[in-house]
Amino acid sequence: MYVAVKGGEAAIRNAHRLLADRRRGDPTVPALHLSQIVEQLALGVDRVMAEGALYDRELAGLALMQARGDMIEAIFLVRAYRTTLPRFGYTLPVDTGAMRIERRISATFKDLPGGQVLGPTFDYTHRLLEPELAEGAKPPAPERREAVAEASPRVTDLLGHDGLIEADGTGDGEITDITRTPMEFPLPRDGRLQALSRGDEGFLLALAYSTQRGYARSHPFVGEIRIGEVEIELEVPELPFPAPLGRVRLTECQMVNQFKGSAKAPPQFTRGYGLVFGQSERKAMAMALCDRALRAAEFGEDIVAAAQDEEFVISHSDNVQATGFVEHLKLPHYVDFQAELDLVRRMRAERQDVTETREAAE
Amino acid sequence: MQEKVIDQNERRRLMAIVARAPRTAIEEALVAFGPLPPHRELRKAQTGLVTLRGRIGGGGAAFNLGEATVTRTSIRLETGEIGHAYALGRDAKKARLSALIDAAFQSPVLHERIVGKVFEPLARNEADDERQKAEETAATKVDFFTLVRGED
Repeated sequence: MYVAVKGGEAAIRNAHRLLADRRRGDPTVPALHLSQIVEQLALGVDRVMAEGALYDRELAGLALMQARGDMIEAIFLVRAYRTTLPRFGYTLPVDTGAMRIERRISATFKDLPGGQVLGPTFDYTHRLLEPELAEGAKPPAPERREAVAEASPRVTDLLGHDGLIEADGTGDGEITDITRTPMEFPLPRDGRLQALSRGDEGFLLALAYSTQRGYARSHPFVGEIRIGEVEIELEVPELPFPAPLGRVRLTECQMVNQFKGSAKAPPQFTRGYGLVFGQSERKAMAMALCDRALRAAEFGEDIVAAAQDEEFVISHSDNVQATGFVEHLKLPHYVDFQAELDLVRRMRAERQDVTETREAAE
Repeated sequence: MQEKVIDQNERRRLMAIVARAPRTAIEEALVAFGPLPPHRELRKAQTGLVTLRGRIGGGGAAFNLGEATVTRTSIRLETGEIGHAYALGRDAKKARLSALIDAAFQSPVLHERIVGKVFEPLARNEADDERQKAEETAATKVDFFTLVRGED
């Protein structure tokens, strides 16, 4: 017999109503406007887009607002929304070499075409709180300097010629899509990159850090980080050319790592790659380090650390899945627990019986 | 009807500029253009997803990066020209105006006015914005210099 216990409807309704009120906060404080979140909490919005795997600044901002600033809840909302939309297709691959540069740095080459461009960075700030920001101080207008039209080729392309560094590789075979087909390990590198790009920043950061601390050492250098907008184009039947859709901001990280070479291949640098929605530098770096660590088998390296274990990394990198499974523990488990409680009681009773019998025998 | 060869390269540039422009800028340009030509919706504005692709290492094999919202629509002018619109985002009104601009671009009667009142002003606005951003970015470019230390 199965007996369903119902209840809590009114409590749930009232809890959600209370949530709406607490989300609004003190009513004497002006309400946030979506555009304020999109404009002024831009990197938070970018993270929701990246891990929600949906490029739409307003939706990500709305999700952040609805989630009271809870990143993973906001990411969950975005993922849920995604599933309600029809799919129009796959765009042409973006050309990050033609990116409209907003920031571009290399830790390996000082002088490179296009130069080192710092852009709007937290680097070199003193990490001191600025109370005047809370007072609503107006920032001075940015300094301007004549912009020389100069291409900024990817550093890895500059080095590629002499074979000192691993080439991009080719292969326009079948492209894995983890949103269409269930993941099966081992995943090809394209599928891993798709998962890493939407993976949890904190989780990937910790794994990347572990590789630096000696768990899967890979001696990384930042070959290049670039942030800026790229054009998106989609082939459609009704137009004789790819439809231009507009631009999105991406962060790309080229990590360059040591490699000793083998009997077959002369020594050359290997690479890890990161590409993430929005201005997401830390995430792109972590992604590139994890990408390289996960290529261990390809280079014949011993798999000794968590960051090299594909199934471990990829299966646990999705924070929506992770939070779903962890948080489901909150839901009523009354029956499961009752069953286990009975079991423990029975086991204890049996043990007591055995002890009593043994004592009686002695 | 007078046959006119449509410059597809120019049409593509126009569509790109319109797709990138904020709706308010398009509306402003269309005010200058004057009354909109009679037309009807051929395909209702629809919002969906496209999967953006990158390349491994920047130039290698393609991989799926993540999705983006896109809105598309098609309209037909009373004179027969069909205009299409595709743009990132969820703005149906922007899509309808963009499709109208594409259709008008193909119309021998409206072509010149679309180029003069919509295409060129939008392109100018965008170029101004881009120049400002490029100059602000250029000011953060590092100029290295060498410190000479010690004697000779």
